[in-house]
Amino acid sequence: MSMEGVIEHLPAIVVAVPLLAALAATVLWWFNDRLCFPLSVGAGFIALVAAIGLFQQVLAAEVIEYRLGGWPPPVGIVFRVDHLNGLILVAVALVAFLNLVGSRVSAQREFREKVGAFYALYLLFTTGLYGILITGDAFNLFVLLEIASLSGYALIGIGSGRASLSGLNYVFMGTIGASLYLFGVGCLYVMTGSLNMVDIAAILPELWPSKVILLAFLLCLGGLFVKMALFPLHGWLPNAYSHAPAMVSSLVAPLTTKVMIYAMVRVVLTVFTLDFSFNTLAVREPILWLAILAIIAGSLMALSQTRLKKMLAFIVVAEVGYMVGGFWLGNRAGMSGAVLHIVNDAVMTLCVFMAAAAISFKTEDDRLVNLKGLFKKMPVTMAALVLGGLSLIGVPPTCGFFSKWYLISGGIQGGHYGFVAALIISSLVNIILFFRCFEIGYFEPLPRENGHHSSPVEPYDGSPTIQEAPLDMLMALMTTALLLIVLGILSGQIVTRVIHQVIPAVIG
Amino acid sequence: METIGSIRPLLAILVSVLVIPLLVALRRAPNQREMCTLGAATLKFLIVASMVPLVLDGTRLEFTLAEPVTGFPLQLRVDALGMLFALVSSFLWIVTSVYSIGYMRGLREHDQTRYYSFFALSLSATVGVAFSANLLTLYLFYEMLTLSTYPLVTHHQDQEARSAGRKYLLFILGSSIAMVLPAMLFIASHTGTLEFSAGGILKESITPQATTVLVLLFVFGFAKAAVMPFHAWLPAAMVAPTPVSALLHAVAVVKVGVFSVVRMITGIFGTEWLETLELSTLICGIAAVTVIVSSLIALSQDGLKRRLAFSTIGQLSYIVLGVALLSGNGMVGGLLHIAMHAFGKITLFFCAGAIYVATGVTKISQMVGIGRRLPLTMTAFFIGALSVIGLPPCGGFISKWHLVLGTVEAEQYLMLAVLLVSSLLNAAYFLPIVYRAFFCSPAESMFSGPLAEAPTWCLVPPLLTAILSLALFFYPQPFLRLARLAVQTVSGG
Repeated sequence: MSMEGVIEHLPAIVVAVPLLAALAATVLWWFNDRLCFPLSVGAGFIALVAAIGLFQQVLAAEVIEYRLGGWPPPVGIVFRVDHLNGLILVAVALVAFLNLVGSRVSAQREFREKVGAFYALYLLFTTGLYGILITGDAFNLFVLLEIASLSGYALIGIGSGRASLSGLNYVFMGTIGASLYLFGVGCLYVMTGSLNMVDIAAILPELWPSKVILLAFLLCLGGLFVKMALFPLHGWLPNAYSHAPAMVSSLVAPLTTKVMIYAMVRVVLTVFTLDFSFNTLAVREPILWLAILAIIAGSLMALSQTRLKKMLAFIVVAEVGYMVGGFWLGNRAGMSGAVLHIVNDAVMTLCVFMAAAAISFKTEDDRLVNLKGLFKKMPVTMAALVLGGLSLIGVPPTCGFFSKWYLISGGIQGGHYGFVAALIISSLVNIILFFRCFEIGYFEPLPRENGHHSSPVEPYDGSPTIQEAPLDMLMALMTTALLLIVLGILSGQIVTRVIHQVIPAVIG
Repeated sequence: METIGSIRPLLAILVSVLVIPLLVALRRAPNQREMCTLGAATLKFLIVASMVPLVLDGTRLEFTLAEPVTGFPLQLRVDALGMLFALVSSFLWIVTSVYSIGYMRGLREHDQTRYYSFFALSLSATVGVAFSANLLTLYLFYEMLTLSTYPLVTHHQDQEARSAGRKYLLFILGSSIAMVLPAMLFIASHTGTLEFSAGGILKESITPQATTVLVLLFVFGFAKAAVMPFHAWLPAAMVAPTPVSALLHAVAVVKVGVFSVVRMITGIFGTEWLETLELSTLICGIAAVTVIVSSLIALSQDGLKRRLAFSTIGQLSYIVLGVALLSGNGMVGGLLHIAMHAFGKITLFFCAGAIYVATGVTKISQMVGIGRRLPLTMTAFFIGALSVIGLPPCGGFISKWHLVLGTVEAEQYLMLAVLLVSSLLNAAYFLPIVYRAFFCSPAESMFSGPLAEAPTWCLVPPLLTAILSLALFFYPQPFLRLARLAVQTVSGG
């Protein structure tokens, strides 16, 4: 195939390569399970390159429409890539790839005889996410949602102990969410006779007064709220994320909720359109308050956790509130903040969950009290955790600060000070959450260390207490941590060159 | 006023960041490691000093780092006000580094590489604040300073350090996020800029009521300025090793707080606008309360470093008060006090540390007759105290003189009274220490025996800064000229 041919088929490549590689991994597993890892990394890399290629194309020329099998819409399924999903696709592919690179040693140890299944499911999960991101078909989105969810359940259940039970809870709630969405799409199909998002959007305005359309809107949104774990529908998330194996948590936690928030943005902006969602319906205010509640409740529940991963899982619940609230502010700054935060939060969450994975890899325990002496023992991992924590608190120049910049500005410009206050409170709570961890790591020494005034110059420095996580995990972690700062500096570029193209011009 | 692009401000900031990998690499060779710190400190000072002639000619140096939010760049700019502060802190870093060597080795402190590394990082942040061209940049370096001083404050890693660290973060990081951040974004949303400019940027775009709230958010939110009731972190932070208290909690960190408030008054609100709204009286009032109350508390402190800390709280509010008077001399006095108080107070802290290294004593009640064993240290202490009280022939007199003139100029006679009463209180909490150190009957004296001063590395720095405090009385020109130029610039003259 020529170069142009490849470029033309990039949307298919993004989805097909990980899918085929997943199948290949299951086959390879029978012969030599060592080959599964390089195969997956290769597939992940190709998907990442394809995502970047697509993004570049989008930046050059508005929207890419790719007809699967050549069938024209609205009959055939189309992949549609614009600035919004182009950007998020790159972020998701990058997060999945970085986590994959760091997964080798941990996967080897945690599920020795199931390594092949792990990588196959990993790739299948990413296939689902990439599909959700680029599909232009409302029903196809449901199918891909199920692919991602089912492989997600399996990934969580692959671990031992309480993982399978938490996975089950995830299955139940996930199925409810997906079914609600499916009913919503069903209503739309009944009314419009179409499943293509752009097509539906064109037909809808004349049907606005219909109660069925309202029902469809509420069902779709409700289903997505369950899937993104918006408080009080978050019940499935904390246990699923904290009992899952380390490298599964650091894949699922950064990506699932973010992709679901993308789906909400897509459904609201592209399918139902801004005018309907914000002006015709009076849902904006209630959703905003729900988001505020999510932020506050997530932060407070995080406070009461004694395990690192569970604490981080509740922070994810709070972060969902950031994005939902920002988007439903309905102004340019708020929406920009929400979309920017999808990208930033994916990387931030990856950073802290990977750090947690590295810590539990060395200490085999993720209770907070077990962080003792870690600044000495694992300085690089802890440095990454500090950067991730600062980003979640919102300290410049990390990217978390700049998401907050836009989100808070949006709140101020919209006169919605409740949302501003919630963001500030959440930042303050994050200070407590993370510095509680840092305090334990910094002030409480490893048990075998003795008194602290000994030789005149340097008692500790260079003493061989450093026991870091495996190098490949560390490299992936450090890249992620540095990415937090790079993204922070690039915030302005991302917002003006990419995100502002997404937000309808009517919003000032 | 001419503005030229120059990479020098960036270099001045980066020098002390770039030296950190070297410090870590040389962790097993302490002598070389300390040479690197001294080298970086000297280089930093030279780079800063090399910009002085340009600044005095009225040139501004500018460097843009990035534009993370469209319309809100990360930008450095060197003007007279920033130069005044950068000059003081980068010079005193050299002296403090010398002192650190004596102090840390004298006490066989642990983790010295970490200590020197974060010290260097703090100085980068300090100069970064001094050279910030807008509020976003200032905020970035402000937070960086908070975080890089946390491991220094909590250096001892014991329970006391832990709770002091909590207070430190709660007050400083907490208030910056809870108060400064929303205030900053409010201004950004309403004016579309955060750039410090001579007449301020708020005029006409923000209502007087909102402006009042913003003033309060900034004055209290920059908790490093330790305006009461946001001062409690400072006495707690005295658990840090003394060089940290000396440079950071008498000069760099606390004055970053005051400097930020001054920047808000001069560059964001604008002196004219504050005067029209009569908000200057509000700020003066808040500062005056802090001046008096902190001096009264200082009287009752027995821990020497704690007494010094409360004294610092009061002196910081002098600066806020002076600038908020908005009269020419008042502002000059306030700015000058940044420098004069720095030299005086750092001397006092150096002495406190030298006393501790030489005798292990930290309480004032146990310092009776200490002048017999440490005559040089206590003489330096005396000079430092004179300067902080504001008596001739010390530099502190010059700044207080201008402050007094400023109150008269602004016809704020109540503030004049506050300054005079506070000076008396300053004398009341400093002079008895010196008096009892030298003048007591042999029976009362807790010290006898031969002279036993602290190690040379600990002794020379306080003597040097004491001499400089004296010299600044006779030659205040470098700082005085910068302060005058700064005031001239901000009042649009």
